Amino acid sequence: MKIPEDLLYTKDHEWLRIEGDTAFIGVTDFAQSELGDVVFIEVETVGEVLEQEEALGTIEAVKTVSDVFMPVAGEVLEFNELVKDTPDLVNKDPYGDGWIVKIKITEPAQLSELMNAENYKAQTGH
Amino acid sequence: MKTTAFTKFHEEMGGKMVEFAGYLMPLQYEGVSVEHETVRKGVGVFDVSHMGEIWVKGPKALGFIQYVTSNDASVLFDGKVQYSCFPNGKGGIVDDLLVYKVNDETYLLVVNASNIEKDWNWLVSHAPKFGLEVGKDLYNASDEIAQLAVQGPLALQAMQKLTDTTVTDMEYYTFKKLDFAGVKDVIFATTGYTGSGGCEIYMSNADAPKIWKAVFEAGAEFGIKPIGLAARDTLRLEMGFCLYGNDICDTTAPIEAGLGWITKFTDSKDFIDKEYNLSLKNGEAKRRLVGFEMIDRGIPRHDYEICDAAGTTIGHVTSGTMGPSIAKAVGMGYVPVSLMKSGSEIYIKVRDKLLKAVVVKMPFYKG
Repeated sequence: MKIPEDLLYTKDHEWLRIEGDTAFIGVTDFAQSELGDVVFIEVETVGEVLEQEEALGTIEAVKTVSDVFMPVAGEVLEFNELVKDTPDLVNKDPYGDGWIVKIKITEPAQLSELMNAENYKAQTGH
Repeated sequence: MKTTAFTKFHEEMGGKMVEFAGYLMPLQYEGVSVEHETVRKGVGVFDVSHMGEIWVKGPKALGFIQYVTSNDASVLFDGKVQYSCFPNGKGGIVDDLLVYKVNDETYLLVVNASNIEKDWNWLVSHAPKFGLEVGKDLYNASDEIAQLAVQGPLALQAMQKLTDTTVTDMEYYTFKKLDFAGVKDVIFATTGYTGSGGCEIYMSNADAPKIWKAVFEAGAEFGIKPIGLAARDTLRLEMGFCLYGNDICDTTAPIEAGLGWITKFTDSKDFIDKEYNLSLKNGEAKRRLVGFEMIDRGIPRHDYEICDAAGTTIGHVTSGTMGPSIAKAVGMGYVPVSLMKSGSEIYIKVRDKLLKAVVVKMPFYKG
């Protein structure tokens, strides 16, 4: 189970990669493996400012449906066109091309509430 | 939780184990899409030992089966299998099942795991009318029999290696008792729940490990793989096969479920709920189970609402999925009979949005 060192993590298995005052968000390797084959991703929040832990979109695997939540408050800037058309990128490359949205962080203080790789690893037991 | 004779093999092979109908069963191994395609294009193996097996024997066996099932078992010949259901006396269905005719006085009923106890009690309650002795003429062998479904276009060719009896030319829905992988009296049936051909093999629990190993050795050159319950569901749904508990249940009538083809109103056959189902057939039915394909982007799921264009709820989705072989989101559900025709537009409520769908003829997968 891959857990890159340079990302931040939530208890709901999202990851966040900070780039200046923006961040990329996706779901972890553990999450994609639990979900199974992802076949559909819906994000209809582009342009909206969402609270921390608010649902930013939905991932549908063949057999399951799961919401994706905002790790921190922010404005949803972009939905990854690649995963819209090729949802299984979330399975194949969860930390790379399988990113889901890019956000503008509006509450940077909340970043300190997220887990680093070591703590996330301890949580998932992998 | 119950296990099957194959549980340790699933665990060894990396199956993700879940509870299903009181049994510990593999949900998936490599992933549902890969497993689904393995069955569509090659050969895959399902442990279906959780299914129930009930023997009906003696001179009254046929009369009993004719009364408790909707299909006409009198047309069966020795070695023939028939899909049927048990109407429940209240207009619904106790379970759907397969009826195997061994000979005039020996039949095997294969029922769903989740309903074994309910089916057994139901059959026992009707046994006295036909003088069947429970435990003898009516016998529940569910805990003694293991079953494998070997499915896919290469299944029969692969399994032929394990028996001297010719199986590759067997007609659909027939069975033979044969020597298989060195085991005597194995029931080998060309049945299945995938729409991709293949067989279902019944054996004693004691012989099960030996047969599992032989099946995988024989299938190795064909790329045989173990398949989990998740792919079993997507495969059957692409075929429009009903799943008890989803598409049919205690409150759905066979005629409403589109099971008119297994509900026979011949004069020689009286059966439970015959008159009621006949009235539905003759125009009294209000709703009908249909298949539909999504037009808008979205995936229908069990229990989602089916609506008309105005957003009024007119029914519910009973099964839904993205179909791996058809690359479409499809589902089944009950709609008013006015909307049962192919081409009817319906809407599925997905996360509070109405998404357009169209009623289509099943199967969704046309091979």
